[in-house]
Amino acid sequence: MSWNTFATVAETVAALAAKQVSAVELATHYLDRANGLQSTLNTYITLDRDRTLAEAKAADAKRAAGDASTLLGVPIAHKDIYLIDGWRTTCGSKMLENFVAPYTSTVVKNMSDAGMVTLGKLNMDEFAMGSSNESSYFGTVKNPWDVSRVPGGSSGGSAAAVAAGLTPASTGTDTGGSIRQPAMFCNLTGLKPTYGVCSRFGIVAYASSLDQAGPFAQTAEDCALLLNAMAGFDAHDATSLERERENYARDLAKPLAGLRIGLPKEFFGKGVAPGIAKAVDSALEVYRKLGAVTVDISLPNVKYSVPAYYVVAPAEASSNLSRFDGVRYGHRADEFTDLLDMYKRSRAEGFGAEVKRRILIGTYVLSHGYYDAYYLQAGKLRRLIAEDFKRAYEVCDVVMGPTAPETAFPFGAKTDDPVTMYLNDIFTVVANLTGQPALSHPCGTDENGQHVGMQIIGNYLDEARMLNVAHQFQLATDWHKRHPSI
Amino acid sequence: MSLSTQDIERIAHLARIHVSAADVAEVQAKLGGVFKLIDEMQAVDTTGVEPMSHGLDMVLRLRDDAVTEINQREKFQKNAPQAEAGYFLVPKVIE
Repeated sequence: MSWNTFATVAETVAALAAKQVSAVELATHYLDRANGLQSTLNTYITLDRDRTLAEAKAADAKRAAGDASTLLGVPIAHKDIYLIDGWRTTCGSKMLENFVAPYTSTVVKNMSDAGMVTLGKLNMDEFAMGSSNESSYFGTVKNPWDVSRVPGGSSGGSAAAVAAGLTPASTGTDTGGSIRQPAMFCNLTGLKPTYGVCSRFGIVAYASSLDQAGPFAQTAEDCALLLNAMAGFDAHDATSLERERENYARDLAKPLAGLRIGLPKEFFGKGVAPGIAKAVDSALEVYRKLGAVTVDISLPNVKYSVPAYYVVAPAEASSNLSRFDGVRYGHRADEFTDLLDMYKRSRAEGFGAEVKRRILIGTYVLSHGYYDAYYLQAGKLRRLIAEDFKRAYEVCDVVMGPTAPETAFPFGAKTDDPVTMYLNDIFTVVANLTGQPALSHPCGTDENGQHVGMQIIGNYLDEARMLNVAHQFQLATDWHKRHPSI
Repeated sequence: MSLSTQDIERIAHLARIHVSAADVAEVQAKLGGVFKLIDEMQAVDTTGVEPMSHGLDMVLRLRDDAVTEINQREKFQKNAPQAEAGYFLVPKVIE
């Protein structure tokens, strides 16, 4: 069998339906490729060939029995933050190096119910804290376009795997940009849906009021097909939105004539690398040719989004990660004096430097006497930022700008100073603080050939429109069709 | 705002993370940089603003008061560093 390893999800769906390929053949192809490139890219933390092939065989049997579910037999790889019953789930941490999940997350269950075949568990920044994949206990993931550069983070393995043709699609999670920024660095389309659209049940919690699951793929059309399977109300997640399922692909074909694109002046300032500004301007010209109009807007409070984010996220992380105590699961130190010392040493050994840093920040801002000045103030800023967007949507339908201020950077470039790493999230954290949906799609390259992403932020629950917008752009351009020679 | 060595030791204790004496200075320096960034938000007057944690301002759902969990003790305890006879073992806490 010869299979185009860069086939999209839509193409894979068509080939399966036409019986040109079987689920077992696809799984075998991608597993072989993943194994072949593992030493080069380090994308996977866990592969389990027998389980994957058993799932693929079951999918083929279902199809033979007349099941025609859209995604039946399509391979998918999951960020190693998603619990899958019986699979090791490490979250990129020594703390969970040997943890075997006792149940399955709702998002993975939804995708398995749709017939998708799990290829394996993907590398990531430890506990999803990072923007470069350099904080993983299991080693850095390499960017398939240039192995001397980072793939972005925290869902770096998820992005690198799709970009390198190791899987047609993957899942990620996005707490401050962890889907959109690696999507940009690896030339992919990645979507963070509205908070509450995808269940958080069974996803190792980082910052519970910000965390959201989403897909990585080559195209917006693929993201729509994937979100159709991922999304849905789940009683196990107290913040899951109780609403009817929708077809996110329903508006893909709509023309863009009359679309109003808001361009916040705060996203086009001096902090943006010139190569990125240039690529984004050219992409906006394409949108205008497609009939969209651009409107200058201002979001005056977004300049406080990084400070607010680095209060909210660490605060919630310090609370969530207190469960790792070396008693019920996770790493326990070999040597300690008493129970308290056992907690302290287990956590000191089990967590990496960045995770410990964020737990300490969060502990401080939540400690006695500081709550009002930090967590409460950040919560108020979230309101002000959300109100800025509310005003913007009176004059525009979607908001656009660069996904990140810099393209993929070399390993080690930002590891000495956490603040420079945090500032890479400057355009992405906004949508997490407000809960709005946001995606990144490929829109060009800079002078070094590194990829530039266009971020589309939409109003709450406006995913179908945003995917329509990105899809129409992709019909008129070929940035998303470029693949690394690996 | 700058964090003192004592602040670092206090929050490390509250967070139940052992920080060795040799590492305190580095942790202090890096956290100092982060708090310089965070403190930018103190410039905003937010008097009277209602804090937000959920964009759609949803309220928590209620559910029926019914047993929904099944007992999976053995399965869950497989991940425990030390378990015996259905118990999680910890260092002795009562003399």
